[in-house]
Amino acid sequence: MGKQYETVIGLEVHVELATKTKIFCGCSTAFGSAPNTHTCPVCAGMPGALPVLNKKVVEYAMAVGLALGCEITKNCKFDRKNYFYPDNPQNYQISQLYLPICKNGGIEIETDEGGKKFVGIHEIHMEEDAGKLVHDEWEGCSYVDFNRAGVPLIEIVSKPDMRSAEEVIAYLDKLRLIIQYLGASDCKLQEGSMRADVNLSVREKGRGEFGTRTEMKNLNSFKAIARAIENEKNRQIDLLESGGAVIQETRRWDDLKEYSFAMRSKEDAKDYRYFPDPDLVLLQITDSWIEEIKGQQPEFRTEKLARYQSEYGLPLYDAEILTGTKKLADLFEATSALSGSPKKVSNWLMGETMRLLKENGMDAEDIRFSPENLAALIELADKGVINSTVAKEVFGHVFAEDADPKRYVQEHGLRTVQDEGALHGVVEQVIKENAKSVQDYKDGKEKAIGFLVGQTMKAMKGKADPGAVKEMLKGMLAE
Amino acid sequence: MANIISDGTIEYVGILAKLELSEEEKERAKKDMSEMLYYIDKLNELDTSGIEPVSHIFTMNNVLREDVITNGDGSSQTLANAPEQAEGGIVVPKTILDESAKMRPGGGDGV
Repeated sequence: MGKQYETVIGLEVHVELATKTKIFCGCSTAFGSAPNTHTCPVCAGMPGALPVLNKKVVEYAMAVGLALGCEITKNCKFDRKNYFYPDNPQNYQISQLYLPICKNGGIEIETDEGGKKFVGIHEIHMEEDAGKLVHDEWEGCSYVDFNRAGVPLIEIVSKPDMRSAEEVIAYLDKLRLIIQYLGASDCKLQEGSMRADVNLSVREKGRGEFGTRTEMKNLNSFKAIARAIENEKNRQIDLLESGGAVIQETRRWDDLKEYSFAMRSKEDAKDYRYFPDPDLVLLQITDSWIEEIKGQQPEFRTEKLARYQSEYGLPLYDAEILTGTKKLADLFEATSALSGSPKKVSNWLMGETMRLLKENGMDAEDIRFSPENLAALIELADKGVINSTVAKEVFGHVFAEDADPKRYVQEHGLRTVQDEGALHGVVEQVIKENAKSVQDYKDGKEKAIGFLVGQTMKAMKGKADPGAVKEMLKGMLAE
Repeated sequence: MANIISDGTIEYVGILAKLELSEEEKERAKKDMSEMLYYIDKLNELDTSGIEPVSHIFTMNNVLREDVITNGDGSSQTLANAPEQAEGGIVVPKTILDESAKMRPGGGDGV
């Protein structure tokens, strides 16, 4: 014992692109439809059917590649990867082996020690997804659904530059955000629109060459990825320490059992008998096309962070949270444009929205309310139509069912009473009924006024402006 | 000279192609494949240095379609060819991950 080991990790990340149609046919990519309804002779692999490439797939792949600092392959083509499995209707997957669309990029990640680190990207290629198998526990058979067959994917292959689970998560997080900002995918790990396979090996610290690696599949969350990395690292070290050797193999992670098992032991590109797909012609990407896609690149997080602070005067912490997901950034910008009060918008998002998300175990992506309704609520509160307590109550309904605040306030009679006469009468009554507190206040106990404000608000069923009530009370008690 | 196809190669290609071959079929396949390799060797006699590789002989490039849905519900057509169907899916022998996936070069659920 006493040997120090280093973990070497590279990632293969599959991302489902947000196109309306599949990569080679005009079938819908919508998720959750009845089995096999989004199929045609092309994606069902019928002999003689001809695939035609979806232009949007190429544009999304280029956009991601450019955002990740890659070179674009100007002469690019598709290859067939041959294998037999029931979810693969053609008995081959159309993918790219020889001339992938993007090469040699990378992104900078923040490490735990507060430093920065560059993670290289070896290549990005375009390919089609496979169908789905539903296993019947009772009948001893499986049902094949080809709705997902032909849904466009990009596979982003990193270099073996990562050394810990933390670095892997930082890399994935950054990758996900960039792709979400581009609108190229929603990148949901649980739903499988982003899938990460982890290639991992260990070596003695200071050694130059890499150890034998394994590939881990079936990782459906960041937590599962972190657990699988820890587990596999220890498994490999134990093997080496006990005089054994790591076998190059693909393993499947079971997150419930926190254990992985070998799926197959041999992995060799020649087993797939790759060859150029004769049904698809060359794809030539011109400089002007690249420039066009470059011109459409959105503002990314780094730029947004700077702008939120300088233009809206938000603190760094708030800007970090708001730019942490595309959903929040979009919502913040759209609502600010409508209401003209970015600070108030930020307060609602950072405060009540975050609180309710946490309370309901939701992510920012699950937010359903519109910028219009949040802007309307801010306006109602600004104009004093409702007070801050009522505003929070109304926001609960905006958050839960995207309620129209104006209508909600109207229907539930929540408007702050502006009628001075009505308020005057109630305050008079409160003064009459609370002689002791009135006396305390007059004797110099400033705090007693709070109780009187509370009593008035209660009598008004919350529909008064507490500030105005306090002022009126002070005025009347001074008489 | 053509590469000689060994018994081991025939066995392995059979596994990849999910084929069970009789001894007679193996011998025939060995002969066929050796002839194919002989043909490739023949092509290798040509001097192709300085010639750009092509993946096919068409001169056209960039045949693309716009991202517009053109197909409706194709399930009845797709299922029409299935020997057996249920639950809207094609029925196949149960694929169990830890066993069958071993035989699939693509592997498991990922692609």
